[in-house]
Amino acid sequence: MEEIRMEYYLIISTLMLFIGIYGFITRRNLLAVLISVELMLNSVDINFVVFNRYLFPDHLEGLFFSLFAIGVSAAETAVAIAIIINIYRNIRSIQTRELNTMKH
Amino acid sequence: MEYTLLILLLPLVSFFVLGLLGTRLKPCVAGWIGTLVLAVLTLVAYVTAWEYFSMPRVEGVYATLVPLNFEWLHFTQNLHLDLGILLDPISVMMLVVITTVSLMVHIYSMGYMNGERGFQRYYAFLSLFSFSMLGLVVATNIFQMYIFWELVGVSSYLLIGFYYTKPEAIAASKKAFIVTRFADLGFLIGILVLSFYTKTFSFDLLTSGDSSIFAGAAGSTFLGASVISWAMALIFIGGAGKSAMFPLHIWLPDAMEGPTPVSALIHAATMVVAGVYLVARLFPVYYFEAPDVLVAIAVIGAFTSLYAAVVACVQTDIKRVLAFSTISQIGFMMVALGVSGMEGHEGLGYMASMFHLFTHAMFKALLFLGAGAIIHAVHSNEMDRMGGLRKQLPVTHLTFLIACLAIAGIPPFSGFFSKDEILSAAFMFSPWIGWTMSVIAGLTAFYMFRLYYNIFWGKPAVHEHEPHEAPVNMTLPLVVLAAITCVAGFIPFGHFVTADGLVYDIHLNWTVAGTSIVIACVGIAIATVLYMKGTNPVPTRLAERFKGFYTAAYHRFYLDELWLFVTKRIIFGYISRPLAWFDRHVVDGAMNGMALVTQKVSWAIRGLQSGQVQQYAFIFLLGTLIIVLLLLYV
Amino acid sequence: MNFLSLFVLIPLLMMLGLWVSADMKQIRAVMVTGASMLLVLSLGLLASFLSERAAGNTAEMLYMADVMWFAPLNIHYAVGVDGISVAMLLLSSVIVFTGVFASWNMNPMPKEFFLWFCLLSVGVFGFFISIDLFTMFMFYEIALIPMYLLIGVWGTGRKEYSAMKLTLMLMGGSALLLVGILGIYFNSAPEGGNYTMNILEIAQNQMPMNAQRLFFPLTFVGFGVLGALFPFHTWSPDGHASAPTSVSMLHAGVLMKLGGYGCFRVAIFLMPEAAHELSWIFIILTGISVVYGAFSACVQTDLKYINAYSSVSHCGLVLFAILMLNQTAMTGAVLQMLSHGLMTALFFALIGMIYGRTHTRDIREMSGLMKVMPFLSVCYVIAGLASLGLPGLSGFVAEMTVFVGAFQNADTFHRVFTIIACTSIVITAVYILRVVGKLLYGTVANKDHLALTDAAWYERLSVITLIVCIAVIGMAPLWISDMIHGSLAPVIEQLTK
Repeated sequence: MEEIRMEYYLIISTLMLFIGIYGFITRRNLLAVLISVELMLNSVDINFVVFNRYLFPDHLEGLFFSLFAIGVSAAETAVAIAIIINIYRNIRSIQTRELNTMKH
Repeated sequence: MEYTLLILLLPLVSFFVLGLLGTRLKPCVAGWIGTLVLAVLTLVAYVTAWEYFSMPRVEGVYATLVPLNFEWLHFTQNLHLDLGILLDPISVMMLVVITTVSLMVHIYSMGYMNGERGFQRYYAFLSLFSFSMLGLVVATNIFQMYIFWELVGVSSYLLIGFYYTKPEAIAASKKAFIVTRFADLGFLIGILVLSFYTKTFSFDLLTSGDSSIFAGAAGSTFLGASVISWAMALIFIGGAGKSAMFPLHIWLPDAMEGPTPVSALIHAATMVVAGVYLVARLFPVYYFEAPDVLVAIAVIGAFTSLYAAVVACVQTDIKRVLAFSTISQIGFMMVALGVSGMEGHEGLGYMASMFHLFTHAMFKALLFLGAGAIIHAVHSNEMDRMGGLRKQLPVTHLTFLIACLAIAGIPPFSGFFSKDEILSAAFMFSPWIGWTMSVIAGLTAFYMFRLYYNIFWGKPAVHEHEPHEAPVNMTLPLVVLAAITCVAGFIPFGHFVTADGLVYDIHLNWTVAGTSIVIACVGIAIATVLYMKGTNPVPTRLAERFKGFYTAAYHRFYLDELWLFVTKRIIFGYISRPLAWFDRHVVDGAMNGMALVTQKVSWAIRGLQSGQVQQYAFIFLLGTLIIVLLLLYV
Repeated sequence: MNFLSLFVLIPLLMMLGLWVSADMKQIRAVMVTGASMLLVLSLGLLASFLSERAAGNTAEMLYMADVMWFAPLNIHYAVGVDGISVAMLLLSSVIVFTGVFASWNMNPMPKEFFLWFCLLSVGVFGFFISIDLFTMFMFYEIALIPMYLLIGVWGTGRKEYSAMKLTLMLMGGSALLLVGILGIYFNSAPEGGNYTMNILEIAQNQMPMNAQRLFFPLTFVGFGVLGALFPFHTWSPDGHASAPTSVSMLHAGVLMKLGGYGCFRVAIFLMPEAAHELSWIFIILTGISVVYGAFSACVQTDLKYINAYSSVSHCGLVLFAILMLNQTAMTGAVLQMLSHGLMTALFFALIGMIYGRTHTRDIREMSGLMKVMPFLSVCYVIAGLASLGLPGLSGFVAEMTVFVGAFQNADTFHRVFTIIACTSIVITAVYILRVVGKLLYGTVANKDHLALTDAAWYERLSVITLIVCIAVIGMAPLWISDMIHGSLAPVIEQLTK
């Protein structure tokens, strides 16, 4: 059985990162933007774990770090969704283009 | 003679009391305060004159006294502005003239201005004027003279504009002030130039005849004339402005919008001769350092005199006739100074000029006060509203006639003597000027009697109220001045005032005197024929015949239009308005333009700060990519 | 504790007092007490200064005090006064005092108004007592900023525009100034020496010529903007026209003097060689200012614009006289600052009072006010006469000293510009008499104006105080002229070194 090489993981995470970036830049819906941000974060998490596993098998810092990141991103998502809900309550929309009432 | 300080203090105090209390005083109280102060002042002036002229002469000359002089403002090491009192023959003579006329005017005004709104203000201004004029004549230095020169200017402005609701009075006062101010600019620059080279303002040093103080100017010339000549010419411009010399005379006829006693005091007897006094005061400087300017003064004086006499012949407003006659007579004084020399008989012109100043002040004040009485009676300034008044106004008629005879140069009235001396001096200098002045003397006789006949003879005009003689406080000054006019000619003036200070005995030169009497009589005769009955058609026909000239003279040869053109068009239209526009649109426009450019640029780059995080992220990414690529491949 | 610091402290305490005061009565009480204390303090300073000088104290600056403030840049809080600062402090306190009475019925937000007003005074007084460049600059800025709010909030007409314009232009000036001051600082000591901000210490050393050549124009223009130097004067008409009465008074009366004072205290005093070399440029500019302002004033119809342009002309004369670089002309410059300060404050006070009654400042809409409000009209005439240089009022003394001083420069260039400057006395007469004729004389055209009342007691107090000051300087000028003349000796020494 052929071993699963590190590059495969990295390809996946790179794909996820760029999909996330693409989504972050192009999506107009705040929720979609948030999902894109999550995608990017998760791709980084994968990287942490993979690098830890393959390069420094006897250390656990990468795992810890990804756990932290997951925790922080969960909190961040909660706050972000709370903001989005509030925005929605206020202006009945979560389209980024329409969020300009504080601009002028 | 320290008490001469009172001469300045009294009117000043009176001005402050009357000015500050203002309407809180009853009009008659204000009038009495003003008049009494002036009476005391006159007394002080007479005592001063008496004491001064009874002093023993030193080397045949009256000493110049400076009872008071203190530093008022410090400029440089040598130049400091002093205030003080200087007594010498001409300043003492002026003290007498000013206080006498001023007292008469104060008394007269109690009747003439009775019941006018602002009576207290009127007396306050009269006090201010008396103060300034007296300060002017006793000035110890040229800068003190300038100070009081400005002050008389402003008192004249305030008094001309006394009836401040009348548009003509406002315009006239403004014009008087601005025209004389313009002349004063010349005076000021003249003082600056003169003091820079001589390092002094003091009359004492300037007129001492010691030419070493002018050494600093030696060799300095400007446009071919020495700097001292320039300075003296500029100073003369100042004098010409106040003394209404052509072409700066335009303010004087308009100044007649002021109350008539004011015209008598300021615009006939005292302030307008300040220019003559200035030239007389600086006469040694003119004579020794700037003789060319002195010739120019003579020529300007003669021309002004002729011009004013011609214009006076056709005016119909009696005060305007008198105003032009004043200009003409001041021209006589200027000519006399211009043709004068320094020593003995040569200095006749100087003496004659001062003599004429003295006599003219009296009879011209008399004429104006008489005119005031007439205006008071008929409520109009126009000749055709008068006529045949000799029955109704006997005192005015008699005193007016005396003054007319005096100004026409008929002996034994004072004008004859002084004018005769001027003509002698003029003939001595050049027959051209002599004959010109003689012709002007004839014109003077003519227009004065034209005035006289039109007022007192001829057809009586229709009046709403029967004209009646003025009250006694108005006729009393007339009588006093008439009496002075009758006897003043016999004053041995040469014993008091001469160019070199030595005694000079006036002797009539009968060739000149005879000619001038004949010319005066001819002038009077022509006027008698033309105007006595008031029915002679010749004047109208002459006016028709020489219509162009008549109209031009009636409009004073359009010099006022020129003045309006200069002020309205050039100053306002061609300088101020474009400048104001330039300021708003170019200078300020540049500032606004800078602000606008800043704003435009910030609007332009504002799109970059859209607030769209996604856009920022994209640009951030793009930037990172470029940098990475650069790092990899460069 | 140096008693000069009281000049800064009292306005600060006034601000504190204003903060706790509840109604108009208390506000007035605080302001009147404070302003009177300042007036008394400056009179006391004058008396004490004169007696010190009479006793033979010839130190350049008296009552010096020095506290280290920021050591790395050698910034001190250093104070001290000479005759010129004393004169300026006197002027400022008189104007603050009269300004309080001129804005007796301030509305709306009187408390806030007076707070800013006091802050402005802090800046003004602080500026005149400082002898440290940085402290001076700081107070200068403190004086400028409140102007923005005072005009922008309490002004009239296009107030936002004017406030913005005024602030931006003056800030532009202070940007140049800051560069100038830093330049002076970094050239204040010879190579290796300790840099200093203290004016007196800098004056001990000669700055290198190339530095002077660069920083003299910067400093001069920087201060010149506030002194209405052509062509940087355009903030003045708009700013003055929009500002409320007492702000106009303080601004034209005192703040514009900061420019002139700074020009010679910093620019001329510290960089004398460059002043000699470059003065011709600024003589041309100020010569233009003098005549240009006067001509522009001739055709304005808004009373405040007339006075603002006349200020351009008069302040131009201040800078002009400073640039003549001799003791007489500079004495004249300081006298002119005093005289113009008092005179223009009087004008603005009167204009404010007239405007408060007629609700217009357009001279075409008013006439015959002499009949309706004789007191204000007579005062207006007096102000006008002072402005056109009538002897016996302060304007004459100042102008004549300037002209005589300027004429002592014997070359043609200076002569020509002196004569040009002299012509302003005629043009001034033209516009002053035009206003007097239109506004005060004649018959009342607008029937509504017939019902107007004359000045109230606080207005009279304000106006009379100013007139008395003008008359005192005008009638007995020798003491103040001597005080200034004496204090200029160090500057002249610098210039002839």
